[in-house]
Amino acid sequence: MWEILNVALIWSTIRLSTPLILAALGGLFSERSGVINIALEGMMLAGAFAAAAITYATGSPYVGLLAGMMAGMLIAAIHALACIRYQADQVVTGTAINILMLGMPAFLSGAFFLSSGSTPQIPKEHLIPWLPIFIAIVMVPLSWYVLYKTPFGLRLRSVGENPEAADAAGVPVARMRYAGVLLSGILAGLGGAYLSIGQSSLFTRNMTSGRGFIALAALIFGKWRPFQTLLACLLFGFTEAVSIQMQGVVKLPSGDDIPVQFIQMVPYILTIVVLAGFIGSSRPPRALGIPYQKER
Amino acid sequence: MKLLRELLFPLIAVVAAFVVCGILILIIGDNPIETYRLLFGSALSWPVGIGYTLFYATPLIFTGLAVMVAFRCGLLNIGAEGQLYVAAFATAWVGITFANHSPWLLIPLCCIAAVVGGGVWGAIPGILKARFGSHEVINTIMLNFLAVALLSYFTQYHYKEPGPIMQTLAIGPNAHIARLGRFIPGMPQFIPLNVAFILALISCGLVYVFLWRTKWGYELRSTGTNPSAAEYGGISVRKQIIIAMTISGALAGMVGINEVLGYRYRYYDGFSDNYGFTGIAVALLGRNHPVGVITSALLFAVLQRGGIPVDAFTTHVTKDIVQVLQGTIILFVAAEAFFRGPFAQWGLLKRSKV
Repeated sequence: MWEILNVALIWSTIRLSTPLILAALGGLFSERSGVINIALEGMMLAGAFAAAAITYATGSPYVGLLAGMMAGMLIAAIHALACIRYQADQVVTGTAINILMLGMPAFLSGAFFLSSGSTPQIPKEHLIPWLPIFIAIVMVPLSWYVLYKTPFGLRLRSVGENPEAADAAGVPVARMRYAGVLLSGILAGLGGAYLSIGQSSLFTRNMTSGRGFIALAALIFGKWRPFQTLLACLLFGFTEAVSIQMQGVVKLPSGDDIPVQFIQMVPYILTIVVLAGFIGSSRPPRALGIPYQKER
Repeated sequence: MKLLRELLFPLIAVVAAFVVCGILILIIGDNPIETYRLLFGSALSWPVGIGYTLFYATPLIFTGLAVMVAFRCGLLNIGAEGQLYVAAFATAWVGITFANHSPWLLIPLCCIAAVVGGGVWGAIPGILKARFGSHEVINTIMLNFLAVALLSYFTQYHYKEPGPIMQTLAIGPNAHIARLGRFIPGMPQFIPLNVAFILALISCGLVYVFLWRTKWGYELRSTGTNPSAAEYGGISVRKQIIIAMTISGALAGMVGINEVLGYRYRYYDGFSDNYGFTGIAVALLGRNHPVGVITSALLFAVLQRGGIPVDAFTTHVTKDIVQVLQGTIILFVAAEAFFRGPFAQWGLLKRSKV
């Protein structure tokens, strides 16, 4: 069992956790402001595609990274507009965005690169494997500081807990929620960008393969708090790293391989268990998912 | 007037989505009219186009009904995807294990397996919500992934057909259900449209009767419209949540009948083309009514079938346009307030319930 615990595994855990950390922190800002964000997946896909396409076009991964963040923010703006201004159901809107983003990048790739849904290969020297990891690590304490130590964070949390009271105290509820959702788009877009121009070297169809949902699970497992969310992301990244590395290495006493699927199931089962309140209670922000209508 | 209002918003949403995507097609340098002509022309051609369109509509009617029943109880079931996978596997398992029994026993047994498999997987988030208050949306997402991993394990380690493809052994021929080509003159038998389509239409009728003509349906809908009033009126909200999620899962599970007994005759890993998620779109666009579900399932099936020639016969547009269209339609349906503003000015529309 222990022979697989080595430097390579730790390194792989960090690399696999990075997109989760970025997206989960994104989800944190959105959900703390009271807007459910199951569109993280779609925002990551947008970021991954834009980053790969722009890096390929310009040759600069920094411009690509920026484009990824902008694309995530653009998708977030659609989510925010529908949920905040038009009071649409937040889960339904999120689902719509996820379906839309399953098609849109592939559609655009097909149009611009005449491919079947992926961007061309980006040369190795134009990739950016380190910076996003660094940003992810820095963003955790920074998010904590912003949420708990600044007036902005206090207002953001207050509109997610009790928008009526916040409104009475003069906090602009809608504006704070826009800020929360847009921030989540930027961070999720960055997480997606890391997938396409950090970890690999092109965008492929549906390349996030559910990481947006795992990030959401990590956010819940981390009880909507930055440092706990980091730990949850590391745990989920670790299970992914193990499931990649251990194939054929770890044997049961009977001599059979441990099926990789059992390791893959760990994050999902943990999230269900935590949400049911078996391991301490995980309480969402009180006004999560409820549109706020100012009384006239 | 009420009917007009019910029809108007979905119609506007669909038209708006086609316009937006038309502009998108124009930007990337293709002709939108030509693209849409290809899309509808092929999907509505007799017999192959229509046969496939109805075949694609079958799972969408089931998942649309599933989402609708949960929605009527105030729940959002985005776990239809996982429920239909579990159900399809259960169906295949019965079809493999009891392969030698007579069709009269085996086919009903397989259908029961589909309904029970989906129902159980749907009941889990229902129970979790009723017992612990944990949100069904997150739990259904997790259960989707859990189902995929679990079934991939069973397929790979226990029931796999030797070869590179991740699929189970074939079910016994006694478990096959008839393709409609056998009964409809002029429809070739290679089209996988099968008896499950008829079953889907019957299910629509049954769901209508259940929801609007029985006491149980009334209790379920009351829970959806106002849970506290329902509780005050002596309805156990917790019980209704579990019932609604179980029925919802069972309906989603019936996709397994279409897939396993009528089409592939085995469980194929990852067969679902987002049926569960498209079901949300179907239910919403169909105003959470059985007739609406059939109509919007047909529309989405047309898109799915029509995407194939669009992919082949246009320069730039790929079949991904279908998902772009689907996403845009749901977005517009969800944010119907976007259209309500302009229309309210004409005094035509007041707020309508979902």
